[in-house]
Parts: sequence; C-alpha cells; structure tokens
Amino acid sequence: MSALAPCPSLLAIDGLSVAIQGTDLLREVSFDIAPGEVMGLVGESGSGKSLTALAIMGLLPDSSDMRGAVRLEGADLTVLPERALCEMRGRDIGMIFQEPMTALNPVHTIGAQVAETVRLHRRASRAEARAIARDRLDRVGLSHIGLDRYPHELSGGQRQRVCIALAIALRPKLLIADEPTTALDVTTQTQILDLLRDLVRDEGMALLLITHDLGVVAGMADRVAVMKSGQIVESDTTEALFRTMRHPYTRALLAASRPAARVAPSTVGAPVLEAHDVARHYGATRAVDGVSFTLHAGESLGLVGESGCGKSTLTRVLLGLEPADAGRVSLLGTPVGPEMPTAARAAQQVVFQDPYGSFNPRWRVADLVAEPFHLTGRPADAEAKVIAALEAVGLAAGDARKYPHAFSGGQRQRIAIARALITRPKVLILDEAVSALDVRVRAQVLDVLSDLQKRLGLSYVFISHDLSVVRAITDRVMVMQSGRIVEEGVTNEVFFNPQAAYTAALINAAPVIPEAWLDGHVGWSWA
Amino acid sequence: MRVSLVIGAMLSAVFVSLAAVSLLWLPYDITVLDIAGRLHPPSASHWLGTDHFGRDMVAMLMAGARTSIAVALVAVGIGIVFGVPLGLVAAAYRGTWLDEAIMRGNDLVFAFPSLVIAILITAVFGASAVNAILAIGIFNIPVFARVARGGALPLWTLDYILAARVAGKGRARISAEHILPNIANLLIVQGTIQFSLGILAEAALSYVGLGAQPPMASWGRMLADAQTMIYTEPQLAILPGMAIVLMVLGLNLMGDGLRDALDPRLRKAGM
Repeated sequence: MSALAPCPSLLAIDGLSVAIQGTDLLREVSFDIAPGEVMGLVGESGSGKSLTALAIMGLLPDSSDMRGAVRLEGADLTVLPERALCEMRGRDIGMIFQEPMTALNPVHTIGAQVAETVRLHRRASRAEARAIARDRLDRVGLSHIGLDRYPHELSGGQRQRVCIALAIALRPKLLIADEPTTALDVTTQTQILDLLRDLVRDEGMALLLITHDLGVVAGMADRVAVMKSGQIVESDTTEALFRTMRHPYTRALLAASRPAARVAPSTVGAPVLEAHDVARHYGATRAVDGVSFTLHAGESLGLVGESGCGKSTLTRVLLGLEPADAGRVSLLGTPVGPEMPTAARAAQQVVFQDPYGSFNPRWRVADLVAEPFHLTGRPADAEAKVIAALEAVGLAAGDARKYPHAFSGGQRQRIAIARALITRPKVLILDEAVSALDVRVRAQVLDVLSDLQKRLGLSYVFISHDLSVVRAITDRVMVMQSGRIVEEGVTNEVFFNPQAAYTAALINAAPVIPEAWLDGHVGWSWA
Repeated sequence: MRVSLVIGAMLSAVFVSLAAVSLLWLPYDITVLDIAGRLHPPSASHWLGTDHFGRDMVAMLMAGARTSIAVALVAVGIGIVFGVPLGLVAAAYRGTWLDEAIMRGNDLVFAFPSLVIAILITAVFGASAVNAILAIGIFNIPVFARVARGGALPLWTLDYILAARVAGKGRARISAEHILPNIANLLIVQGTIQFSLGILAEAALSYVGLGAQPPMASWGRMLADAQTMIYTEPQLAILPGMAIVLMVLGLNLMGDGLRDALDPRLRKAGM
C-alpha cells in the first residue's frame, strides 16, 4: 500500500461537473491521484465513471458543458486547445477500454498499430518504432507473438494485452483502464490485473481503474472512490473504505455483489430434462463432447465455464435448435431436436444474456411476451395470461402496451422471464441471464427467479461464468472445459472442495475482498 | 440534416402531384396537333409555350411526369416484390445451396450492363412502356435481394430471433414477422434510390425511342424531339431536362434524408 495522503498529485480533479443537453451527468467530482498510485473508481452503469474518464482525456461530446478543473501535474487540461490535447493523449495519459474485440483495427497488424502510436508522437524511424513496439509487446507478455499478426488471430486476453501495449507505448504517467477485464474470462482477468499491477510498480505509472466489481478494486487499488448518479459518495483508502462502509450505497453494492448462498437445497422430483452422452461437432472441433446429466423437477443445475468451452452450443442442443451429433436429449420423455413437435417445446423455455438484443424493437411487450403461444396455440385468455406473467415478474399490467426501449436492462430481463413463463414450462434455461446486469438489479432478478421456482416448481439450467451467482442459485453445478464436463457435484461441495484442477483454478481466479475487512458487514463468505 | 429530407420530399411531391393531376385534367389535349400554333413562346394561354407540333409544354411535362413516375414505380415494385423475398430466403438459408443459387443468380444479372440489356429487351419485344418497365424492373430484383439479405443476416444472429425459434416459429414466419419490419427502413431508402434510377433509365430508353411511344408523352422523348432545334428553340430541351434533373435530385435528397431519419443511430447523434 502506498502513502495515504497523496503528496504532489499527478492528476487533480477539482469540482468537475458535466452537463449534456441540460442533464447533469457529473456533479462536483473531485479526487487526486498521486504518481504511482492505483485509484479505483467504482459504480454501476450510468453512474458517470466512464464519463469521468472521457472528461479527463478531453473526449467529451461537443454538446457537453463542462465546469471545474482537471489538472495534470498542475496544468489545467480543460483550457488546452484540441491540438495540445491530442499531443497529451497517449503521451501523458494512456487509456484501455472494455472491449478488446473492437478496440483494435482489424486490418492492421498489431505491430503496426503499436508502432503507429509511437510515430504519431515522436520522431522515430520505422525501424525504431518497430523496435519500441516489440519491446512494449514483450513487456505485456506477448514475446511469443509476432509483430505481423492480425488482431483476429489473437484471443481476447491477448488482444487486451495489445491494447495495454498501445496505451503504455510512450510510457505515460497515467493509465486509465475502463472496465479492462469485464469482457474477459475470470482466469484471463487475473492475468490482466496482475500485468496492470506489475506495470504500475515497474514503470511508476499511476492507474485509474474504473470497474463495477468491488472484488477487483479490493485486490488492486490503493484508494477507492464510489460513484453514484454522477457524484462521488464515498472515497477513502481501500482497506478503510471496506472496513467502515460509511455510505449506505456502498453497503448496498457490497451486499448485492455477494449474493447469499442458497439455503435449503430444494427437494428433487422426477427427472425432467436428461442428456445422455451428447456431442456436437463443427468440422474437427468438438464443441460439445460427451455431456450427460439429469435435471430433476424443482432443481437448479449450474453450468460453469469460460468462453469457448461449449456452453452456448450445448444450450442450443438442449433447446432443440441444433441436432446432437451423438447421444440424445429428452424433455419429459420426448426426444429433443430440430424436428420435435412444437407442442412439446412448450415445456422448455430460455432467457438470454443480452437485455437489449432479446426483443424485436418494433413489437409491443404484450406481443413479445405472447410469442411462445405459437407453440401451444393462442388461448382465448391470452391477454390475461400475459398480464399475469408480467405481474409474476414484478411488472405492471400497463407495461404490456409499451415498446421494449421504454425499459431498463433489469426490467427487460424480467420481460424475458415473463416471455419464457407464458407457456407454463417445466424447465427454464437461463443463459448468462443476469450477467449483463448491475449487481443490485441482478440481486432483484435473482430474487424473482427463486420466488418463481418456489411457486411454480420450475427447474433451472443456470449457465454462467460468474461463480458467485452460480453459487447463490444452484443446487448442483457442472464445470465445463473444452466441451467436456470436468466436474459435477453439489454446488457447496464443489466450491469448498473442488476436485478438478480447472475448477480450483476458476474458484481461485475470482477476485475477492479480504474477509478481515468485512467483519460484521455481510454474512456470506467464500471459504 | 432534416433540410435535405424536406427539400427532397417537396420536389418529389410537386412532380407526383403534377402527375396525379394529369390523370384527371390537362390544360390542353396533347394528342391534338396544332401545327399553326407551333413553337409559340411562353404566353398567358401557354405558360411555357408550345412545341414543334403546337402541343402545350405544361401539358406535355405533366403527362411526361405521369409516364416517368408510373414506369419507375412499377419497376421498383417488381424489384421489391421479387427481390425482397429472394433476399430473405437467402438470408434464412445462409450458407446452403439455396443461398448460393440465389446470390449467384443475382451476380449473373448484375454482370450484365443493365441499360444495354434493357435496350435489347425492348428491341426484341418491341418498344413500349410495358417492355421498358419490365426491362428496368428485372434489374431492380438483384438490388433489393442483396439489400434484403445484407440487412437480414446480422438480424439472424440476435437473441430475439433465437427466442422466436425457441417459440417454434419457422424461418418463413420469422422472416415475415421479425426480419422484414426491421429491414423496412433499408428497403424504403433503397426504394427511393432505385426510383430515381428508374426515372433516369426510362428517360434514356425513351430518348433512344425504345420507351413510351407517341402519343404518350415522355420526358426522354421530348428531349430527343427537341434535339434538332437545340440552337433555335433551346427551351424545348431545357424544360424536360430540368424536369428530369429536379425529380431525380428530389428523390435522391429524400433518400438521403430518409436514411438519416430512419436510422436510429444517426438520429441520436445527428440532432
């Protein structure tokens, strides 16, 4: 931990307020970052975290109205002309974005992209720039990757390393990382966070780490500021902040990010969904390779794995959208597949991850929710059933007349659940259904799900990369790697005593807040 | 950014209403020749003068607008009616032989120089407005098929399509219920562009005598007739020429404006 009182600060933000078209988005935001310090900026989506970063870089939209000062080593950036800002960006402040898939230009090699940044700011020959690019890529752990590789040839974690190499190409004094690991798998996240921590230490850079994940800041930051609705509600050294938690909002965030473990494992009934040795190949790739399981009535089964492990393919096979190349799936005794009778499909529905892509934007909620009636034939009291389904997930009857864009992410996931429930299914497949939601909204949706399970005796297949959520909602869990189930068991036992090395790696990779910091705050703990 | 839409829509509306009025009423009968009253300069009775047969130029331009718009409209209709379903089918069966067959057939039609083929068609089957419509319309089919397929492909990867499949809906039904409404804006914009191209094509065909036949009035034909008198009576060529330019300009401006207005991303950023 570095010193508490930042001595001569590197970056000083003083009373920063931003309004766009009359809406106040940032209000009197003030904080300092000392040289070599890691500052964590935590908040939910829409809290103004990213806007703060853009304001520091001078990248706010033209229509915005900014007040206050952003001082880098004493010089106020808000009064600099655009040309001076261009020189400052990259040279003094580097930035890393959330999505490594779109942050790189797909038609240029990674070496050319890093070298370009160098040549943009410095007189350097092509060869010198390439040498610097090589050095920077080595520094971020890509020494085995050639300069002439294209972004699409790299994995998500490698691309994020290239983005970091770009950001540190000119050894800036401050690095801003905006949700740098949110799009990455949990084991990759650990590696990237380790890299950032090393860079700060070795290169003497300061880091502004923007994230929604309290676990990430707990492990990374020297100091933390919590942001809500454009204001910093609480700010302190990391340990002191977690130990005291003065502001109720911080406490609410923490409670929601650590959902209580499932208490009583529900009594299991007859098998409803069975998979026997299911396999699905794409050419030589075995996307799903011999998966078997049985889901019982009233049971919640978790499926955990990192991207590319075959979860999505397995989901489509379970839903009967794709055929299994080997093995079989049966739903209440009916074989599942693309040719299955439509009426039989009604027993199983699905909720997807993306609350924005899940609905046809031109349909009203009433029609969206009623769509699965296609399976059963539209009943005479369809409207009443739609309203009942909406009310079951905590929405109002009047919402049926609205279009999806009128709803927030959490409300949309409720609509998706209502749509899935309309045919009274026995099985609900939840494919990363709460992964895109903020922690507090996620907690509410999880409550809706467990309430529905109790009332309707539903069985869930809960697919997620987020271990804390899986732990909170499932009775049994399967861990998937490279198309195979490497471990299966009662959720609590798997988490306390993982048998497979991969499971242990997954559990250890999840960022945690030290228990000692949280004494007396929250009941649940990891181990 | 709304300026181009408004100007384009107003220009287009002027010509469309002239054409509509011409169906019911014309200031003079354009089938009656009045050789004695030929080549009159603009006057109170003939606002834009008369042509070499003594026909009133206002009436000729109005009747010409009717021909141009009718030909282009039906040609665009042919493109939409045949092209959009082909594109939707190709997208729904992406990567299968059906998709390949449709799109390679498209490429084949694209590979022909459209106006030359249109001339060939009208030359073989006879010069008439109907054959001009067919010739222009056939070349609209691959345009709409490609736009529809291109717009539909990214939609097929979205979760709400997956949700509809889980709800047991087939590809045809999903295409009609989910895909088509969401690519309608693309098709409308492409429609206005093809409409303006259709007007140009009709003028070109009529100019070489392969479009609408006399006594049916047509802007292209008026240009061709005025050609020999371009030095003595330039207004006879300038007036239909201006009509073509303004109508095409109006449609293109409207297409541009519609694209901005119908694209939610541009709408948000633009205002």
